Amino acid sequence: MAKFPELEALKSELLEQIEGAKNLAALEQVRIAALGKKGKISEQMAKLGTLPAEQRREFGQATNTVKAAVTEALEARKAVLEAAELEARLASERDDITLPVRLGPLAEGRIHPVSQVFDEVIEIFADMGFSVAEGPDIETDDYNFTKLNIPEEHPARQEHDTFYLRETTAADGSNRPRMLLRTHTSPVQIRTMLSQKPPIRIIAPGRVYRCDSDQTHTPMFHQIEGLVIDESTHLGHLKWCLEEFCKAFFEVDEVKMRFRASHFPFTEPSMEVDIDAAAIGKPGHWLEILGSGMVHPNVIRNCGLDPEKYQGFAFGMGLDRIAMLKYGIPDLRDMFAADLRWMKHYGFLPIDVPTLAGGLSS
Amino acid sequence: MKFTLSWLKDHLDTNASLEELADKLSAIGLEVESIDNPAEKLSPFTVARVLEAKQHPNADRLRVCQVEVAPGQPPVEVVCGAPNARTGMIAVFAPIGTYIPGTGITLDKRPVRGIVSNGMLVSERELELSDDHEGIIELDPSFSDRVGQRYIDVVGLNDPVIEVKLTPNRPDCTGVRGIARDLAAAGLGTLKPEPEIGNVEGTFDCPIEIRLEFTSETASACPVFAGRLVKGVKNGPSPAWMQNRLKAAGLRPISALVDVTNYISLDRGRPLHVYDADKLQGAIRARLGRKGERFLALDGKEYEVDETMCVIADESGPLGLGGIIGGESSACTEETTNVFIESAYFDPVRIASTGRKAGIQTDARYRFERGVDPAYVVPGLDYATDLILKLAGGQPSKRNIAGTPPEGRITFAFDFRRIPRLTGLEVEEAVSRRILTDLGFEVEGDGPEVQVTRPSWRPDVHGPADLVEEVVRIIGLDKVPSAPIPRTHGVTRAVLTEAQRRARRARRILAGRGLVEAITWSFIPRRHSELFGGGQESLELANPISVEMSSMRPSLLPGLLTAAQRNRNRGFEDLALFELGQAYRGDRPEDQIQIAAGVRAGAARLVGVGRHWSEPAKEADVFDVKADVFATLAALGFDPNRAQITRDAPAWYHPGRSGVLRLGPKTVLAHFGEIHPRTLAELDVEGPIVGFEIFLDALPPEKRKSRARPAMVAPDLLPVRRDFAFVLDESVPAGDVVKAAAGADKTLITDVSVFDVFAGKSLGEGKKSVAIEVTLQPRERTLTDAEIDAVAKKVIAEVKRVTGGEIRG
Repeated sequence: MAKFPELEALKSELLEQIEGAKNLAALEQVRIAALGKKGKISEQMAKLGTLPAEQRREFGQATNTVKAAVTEALEARKAVLEAAELEARLASERDDITLPVRLGPLAEGRIHPVSQVFDEVIEIFADMGFSVAEGPDIETDDYNFTKLNIPEEHPARQEHDTFYLRETTAADGSNRPRMLLRTHTSPVQIRTMLSQKPPIRIIAPGRVYRCDSDQTHTPMFHQIEGLVIDESTHLGHLKWCLEEFCKAFFEVDEVKMRFRASHFPFTEPSMEVDIDAAAIGKPGHWLEILGSGMVHPNVIRNCGLDPEKYQGFAFGMGLDRIAMLKYGIPDLRDMFAADLRWMKHYGFLPIDVPTLAGGLSS
Repeated sequence: MKFTLSWLKDHLDTNASLEELADKLSAIGLEVESIDNPAEKLSPFTVARVLEAKQHPNADRLRVCQVEVAPGQPPVEVVCGAPNARTGMIAVFAPIGTYIPGTGITLDKRPVRGIVSNGMLVSERELELSDDHEGIIELDPSFSDRVGQRYIDVVGLNDPVIEVKLTPNRPDCTGVRGIARDLAAAGLGTLKPEPEIGNVEGTFDCPIEIRLEFTSETASACPVFAGRLVKGVKNGPSPAWMQNRLKAAGLRPISALVDVTNYISLDRGRPLHVYDADKLQGAIRARLGRKGERFLALDGKEYEVDETMCVIADESGPLGLGGIIGGESSACTEETTNVFIESAYFDPVRIASTGRKAGIQTDARYRFERGVDPAYVVPGLDYATDLILKLAGGQPSKRNIAGTPPEGRITFAFDFRRIPRLTGLEVEEAVSRRILTDLGFEVEGDGPEVQVTRPSWRPDVHGPADLVEEVVRIIGLDKVPSAPIPRTHGVTRAVLTEAQRRARRARRILAGRGLVEAITWSFIPRRHSELFGGGQESLELANPISVEMSSMRPSLLPGLLTAAQRNRNRGFEDLALFELGQAYRGDRPEDQIQIAAGVRAGAARLVGVGRHWSEPAKEADVFDVKADVFATLAALGFDPNRAQITRDAPAWYHPGRSGVLRLGPKTVLAHFGEIHPRTLAELDVEGPIVGFEIFLDALPPEKRKSRARPAMVAPDLLPVRRDFAFVLDESVPAGDVVKAAAGADKTLITDVSVFDVFAGKSLGEGKKSVAIEVTLQPRERTLTDAEIDAVAKKVIAEVKRVTGGEIRG
C-alpha cells in the first residue's frame, strides 16, 4: 500500500468524511463523492487502464482494499446514523397516553332487562322442547275470556280490570265486536290449540294490559305463558317443568318451592307457585312467582279438541316480575320509564347473549 | 275474608296451632294474606290483686298499693293515682320494662314523690281499649283465682284475626263454617255439628205477603224469597262478642237487628236483609226494575234502576236492589219494633251485571254473585230469627216462603283412576272417598267408577276434573311427585321462527350500535297518534287510565322522542334510544306490526356519545340513522343496496333530510331521517333529533337452502382503482352517479364508492362535484393501460348519459 500514498491519503480523507457525516443525507453525499460514477474511488479505478500492466494488478488490489474499507465504514456509519435518527424521531413522538378513550358502541348500547329475560326464558324452555308462539295485543272477548272458561259476568272477569277499545261501526253499518287489550297471554293458548294439532309445547311471551296503576302494578306489563297438550302430560310433569325452570333461571342448584292450590277458570286443578327467596339470596320468605294448572276440560273442548283424549298443563308468570327478582330491580314502573340512567344500570350489553352452555347471565 | 281464631273454633274442633292452620289454609287454596293479633302488644299485662291501698305520705291524690302479681309471691309496691284504686280489687298490672301502648312510654323504675313504684296498674286508655281514663281497670271479682295470668287470655281478648284471600270459585268459604269444613277435610280437626237453634216456629201467620213478580223467562232472577215477621223486638246495640267479631272482620256494628244479618253473612256466607215492617206498604215483592224508578240506598246514595235489575219493592216502589243493597226508607233503626227478615236467592249473573252497572260493591253482592247455598235459604232465615229473638226479643211469625230454591246438587259419574291420570298421584280409593265425603260430597257405588253428588254449597264443581282438584288440594300438591317431561329430541332443536330470530338479532345489532333499548307504553296520547298517522277511533281505549295513555300507538317514535326529552330534562343531552315492539294500524290481528325504531339526539353517534378530545363534536344526522337502518338490514340477511331509496318519507320527517327504503312501490322497509321540526314542537321535544323505523314484517324471507357458504372468489390479480370527479346539477343524487358508474362495466367494476362531495363558487351556481373511486377487478390477466382507459371512458360516458355530469378536468 505504501506504494500508493495517494490511495492511502484518499482512504484517510474518505474515512474522515464518513465519520464526519452528521446525518444520512450528508453520508449519502459522501458515498456519492466516493463511490458514485464520478466518485473519487471510481476515478482511481478508471486510472487502471492507463497504468503499465505490471502495476495494474497491484494498484487494482490496493484500490479495491480502499473501496472495501470505505464501503464498510459507510455502512457502519449509516447504521449509527439511522439508529440516532430513529432515536430522535421516537423522542419526538410522545403521546399523552392518559387521555381517555371511547369504548365504542358495544359498550354504550344496552338490552332492556325484559328483553334479556325473554331470551333467557326462551333458552330454557327451548331445551325442554317448547317453541315460541305469539298473538295480538288487541283481542276479542271470546279469546281473552269466553273460550278460556270465563263466561260473561263471572267474578273472575272483574279481577282482570280490562281495557276495552271503543266500539265502532263497520263499513257496512254493522256493529263490530267490541275489542279489548288482552289481560293475559292465555289467548295465545286458544290460538295455538285452534291452529295446530297436539302434541303442543309452546311458550308465549308478550305484553299484557290491565287498568291498574300503583307501585306494584303498571297498566302494561309482560307475561309468559306455557302450554303443553298431549295425551298423557299430568300435574307431576308440570311440577317438574317448573322446578327445572326455576333452577335454570335463577342459576342455582336447588330452589325450594311451594305449590299451593288455587283457582283459575281455565285450569283445573290449579296451583300457585312460590319460591323460597333463598334462590335470590334473600332467604326467609316465600315469593309468589306464577300460576298454573291442568288445562280445564272446557278450554280443551272450546278449542275443538276432545278432553277425554287430550290433557295437559298451562302456566303463566310475570316476566317483569321474575326479571326484578333475579336482578334486584326494585320498582316495576321504572321498567317503562325509559330513564337512561336506569337502562344503563340495569340493562345488558349487546354481547351478553344468554346461552345454556355459557350461563344465562355471563 | 277476615275472621278470628275463636270464631273458626266455633265450627272446628282442633288442637292445631295457629301456624299449622295458616299453612294448611294456604296449601289447600285458601291463601292466608295476613294474621294479625291486635292483642299481642298487650301480652305483658297480667291480672293482679290489690292487697292494700294506702294514702301516699307525700301526695294527696296518690296511693301506695301492695299488689299481688303472682300467687304465693311477696307483694310488689306500686304507686297509683287512680281514684278507684282500693284494697281487694282485681286489677291489671304492668311490670317495669313494659311498653304502654296508650301513652307510648316504657316503664322504668323511679321514685314517685319519694316512693319507688315497681310497676303500674293500668286504665283502658293506657291499653288502647277505650278512651276511659277515669280510673284503672277493675276486673270482676270472679277473676281473683286468675292472678298472675295474662290479661288478654283471662278476658278473651287474645283472638288473632286471620285474613284469607278467597278465589272467586269458593262461595262456601265466604262463611267461616265453610273454611272450617275445608280444614276438617284436610285433617286439622273435626267439623262441629250445627249449633242447636231454639224454637223459632211462630204461632201466627206472617202478615206480610211476599210476591215474586216475574215472567217465566225472568223467574231465575229470584226463584225463592223466604221471610218472617218478628214483632215486639227491642233493638239496641248487639252484645260485645258479636261486635268484636264484626269489628275484627272489618265491619262497623250498627244495631242488634242489622248486626245479626251481617254476622250470619260472615258466619255462613248467607246474606240476609231486615226491614222495619212498619215502614213497608202492602206486599213485599221481588220484580225487575222499571225505567225511571229510583231509591235511596243505605250507602246514602240514590240509584236509578232499570229493567234488567232485580229490585225488592213494596207498593210505594223499589226499596232496594235485591241481593246487593237495601234502602233507607225501610231500614231498621233503634226505634224499630217489628222487623221483617228476608232470606232469598238471587241469580249470580244478574247480581254481577246489576252490581257492575250500578257500581255497587257490597258483602251481599260479593256472596250472591259467587253463588250462595240455595239449600240454606230457609235454615238461614231460622238462624237469623233465633239470634234476633235472643238479642232483641219479640215473637216470630210463621215462615212465609214464595217460590222454591233452585237445585244446588248435581250428580255425575266419576272414575277414581282419573286422579293419577291427571296428576300422576296415586291415591287409595278410600282416601279419596273420605276427602270427598268430608267436603260434603255423596259418593255412591263401589268404584273405581262411582256416582258423585256435589253439595248444594259447591256451585263451582261441575265434573270429574273438579273432583280431582278437590282430592289433590286436600292431600296437598306437595305430595304430587315430579315427573320429567320426555325430551322431544336428543339435542335441542332451534325453535324460533324467522321473524323471532330477526327480532332477537335486530335488538342486539341496534344495541351493538350504541343505542339503548327502551320499552315504552303501547298506548300514547291521541294527539301523538294523530301526528304519526294514527288516531283512528277503533284504536282508542274506551276506558283509558288517563288521556295520556288512550290511543294505541301507530309508531314507536312518539314514545321514544318524548322519552329522549325526559332524559334531556334530567341533564342527558346526547343519547341514542331504540325500541323493538308492536304498533297498530287497526284492531285486527294482522294490523299489528313489528317495528324496530330508534332516535339519536345530539352528539350520539357510532363513534361515541358527547364531546371527545379526538374530534370535534358532531350531532347525529340523517346519515347516522341511515347507517343504523342499513346495518340492521344487512345483519338480518338483506342487502340494503337491493332496495330503492325514495324521498317520500311521511309527514313526521323533515322533507329534505329523510328517506324511505322500499322494495317496489308497495313494500316499505324503513323510514329514516330528521324528525320534522313541527312534529317535535307538537311533542314538546327539542330538536334536531334524527330517527328511523324499520318494518321487520316487510322484509322478504331469507332464501337460504343450505348452511354451506358459496365458494369464495378471491382473484390473485391486484385490483385497479381509478378516481373520477363529476360536476353535476345539485339536485342529482350521488346514488345515481354510483349506479351509473357501476353499470358501465358489470364484469370488471366490483365497487364504486363516493369519497368527496362539495359545492363551491368555482363550480358555478347550482352545481356540485361528486368524486368517486371505481375498483376494477381483473379476472384472468393484468389489464393493459388501453383496457383500463376503455373502461374509464365507459364510466364517464355512462355517468354523463344518466346524470348529465361532466368529468372534471
